[in-house]
Amino acid sequence: MKLNTFALSAMASALLACAAAQAAPQVEVLHYWTSGGEAKSAAELKKMMEAKGVAWKDFAVAGGGGENAATALKARVMAGNAPTAAQIKGPAIQEWGQEGVLANIDAAAAEGKWEASLPPVVNSVMKYKGHYVAVPVNVHRVNWLWVNPEVLKKAGAKPPTNFAEFFEAADKIKKAGLTAIAHGGQPWQDATVFESVVLGTGGADFYKKAIVQLDQAALTSPTMLKAFENLARIKTYIDKDAAGRDWNLATAMVINGKAGMQFMGDWAKGEFTSAGKVAGKDFLCLAAPGTEKAFTFNVDSLTMFKVKGAEEQKAQLTLANAVLSPEFQEVFNLNKGSIPVRAGVSRAKFDACATKSMDDMAATSKSGGLVPSFAHGMAIDTAKAGAIQDVVAKFMNSNMTPQAAVQALAKAAKTM
Amino acid sequence: MGALADTWLPRLVLSPTIIASLVFVYGFIGLTAWLSLTESRMMPNFEFAGLVQYERLFEIDRWWVSAANLGLFGGLFIALCLAIGLCMAILLDQRIRHEGALRAIYLYPMALSFIVTGAAWKWILNPGLGLEKLMHDWGFTNFSFDWLVNSDMAIYTVVIAGVWQSSGFVMALFLAGLRSVDDSIIKAAMVDGASLPTIYRRIVIPSLRPVFFSVLLVLSHIAIKSFDLVMALTAGGPGTSSDVPAIFMYQFSFTRGQLGLGAASAMMMLATVLAVLVPLMYLETKGARHGR
Repeated sequence: MKLNTFALSAMASALLACAAAQAAPQVEVLHYWTSGGEAKSAAELKKMMEAKGVAWKDFAVAGGGGENAATALKARVMAGNAPTAAQIKGPAIQEWGQEGVLANIDAAAAEGKWEASLPPVVNSVMKYKGHYVAVPVNVHRVNWLWVNPEVLKKAGAKPPTNFAEFFEAADKIKKAGLTAIAHGGQPWQDATVFESVVLGTGGADFYKKAIVQLDQAALTSPTMLKAFENLARIKTYIDKDAAGRDWNLATAMVINGKAGMQFMGDWAKGEFTSAGKVAGKDFLCLAAPGTEKAFTFNVDSLTMFKVKGAEEQKAQLTLANAVLSPEFQEVFNLNKGSIPVRAGVSRAKFDACATKSMDDMAATSKSGGLVPSFAHGMAIDTAKAGAIQDVVAKFMNSNMTPQAAVQALAKAAKTM
Repeated sequence: MGALADTWLPRLVLSPTIIASLVFVYGFIGLTAWLSLTESRMMPNFEFAGLVQYERLFEIDRWWVSAANLGLFGGLFIALCLAIGLCMAILLDQRIRHEGALRAIYLYPMALSFIVTGAAWKWILNPGLGLEKLMHDWGFTNFSFDWLVNSDMAIYTVVIAGVWQSSGFVMALFLAGLRSVDDSIIKAAMVDGASLPTIYRRIVIPSLRPVFFSVLLVLSHIAIKSFDLVMALTAGGPGTSSDVPAIFMYQFSFTRGQLGLGAASAMMMLATVLAVLVPLMYLETKGARHGR
């Protein structure tokens, strides 16, 4: 009986939803924000849109990296039935732009004054041929080093700021019988460490030349060789069972005091806070060694597809501006652990790591230290990024010499 | 009228299946072949571009790693499954007690998905969680078995898990074959004074030829298409050291926006299947034609 009532009410609400959908313009959003905090954030956006009289049709496809979502999207676009917006980021936006299926949302950008409130590097990622086609949602900082201060104290080491101090601390932790660096040996995690090491070894300008512009001279330079030597040394502090370990299990090693440090983006903070740890006291978030003056960003964005009908187009612009509204930026990023992409959002509720991240983003945006993350699909197209990731993964999991790795890297960068 | 129905009815009933296979199997093979000759990137593009994708494919180290892994895995997997399956079948064939129960135990891994097998063996073989830790806890502190996290040995762990899952099935096929061997021939051989090993070697196993053929067919296609087991057990790692062509194809087509290259690798897999199956089929049908 209970089931029947439930079924009836479900049917009734479905009918109502249909009726509403016919009355109001609707946006359909393909996204992969399906885990706890993320789903809450997406629901918030839905509420905001409905308050503005726009119906929300959810098109959530589970799967963390968005691979499943991308496959579903391709099928829909090929069938000529694209959603209003889809969660696509980085150079993939350009790839979609070349297919000629994206909508021009300059009107929303003008209304929301995006040009003034977003960092220029982020702006350029959101545009295809000079026109806005996507709206940024949040910023993740990737070049973090997560540290357990208890472990450092036990080992008699201090929080490192550069590679010399980092290796000194790692040696001390190792001597104390603990794992110095918690790591999961999956290719994307290897790539995450690699990009922080390149940034820390060569600085932001070198990073841009080598990893973003794929300049052959920079890729084969002594600096790159030095970066691989640092990486080879980092390998010696990782425990041998790391192969295939998930990133959150590696973070758990830091939380439990089994390991001292971990290279990982700011999503790792969620693991610490849900274990009841306090930022700055139970765990430290430091810029990865040598990257204090730089910031590797990973910006999630909603890319807008061409939709039919004036009403639906207006709804699309409404969606774009709702995403960048300070209220949504605050709620969404508090839930997700990232930071707002725009200036002028209240900082009151964000923790120490997030505010440091916000300060660093503002500073590096002016100094030129704000660089796109290669490991998270922000710097170069997927084919080249994949080829480079393969080289790094091979280096991390074999006895490949730094010299051979530099050669392989330079070859991979030429991938079409 | 009745005669007409007799001719047309079977054709009418079968035609949807035939059309579906033509379109969804051969049609898509054709489409993939065509895509492998284009410059398709994220979305299909049907402009002819020659053999560039194949040239590109043969320059990628990772492709050769996965092809070599397929050779290693396929060879060992088939050989071990055949050997273990046949031995178990012969031993079970000795009219022992509780044969039914034993057969069920051996056959049961086949009821699992390769994903489950992969996940279970991932825990068993993980040095920090499974076998190695167990041995250390029991006091054998010198025991070491770290193949799963060793890039040179990871592919062999895939062989272990694959053999564990499939040899019971091979056993069941062989057992059915053994039971169908005519008893009177064996009895006649016994009367002639042949020993049991000789009987098996000279009479029983040669008469299992058709079973060998089916087993080879099934095992080689499991080996070539293997994707789920590797994904669940090692995810192609450490690094890309236990990569196989199916994973390569999936990643390049669907996550790296290189549909053309992925299609080329798929055609290479198809070529491998044909290279194995055509000679086998030919040998088998030749035997049948000559009324062996």
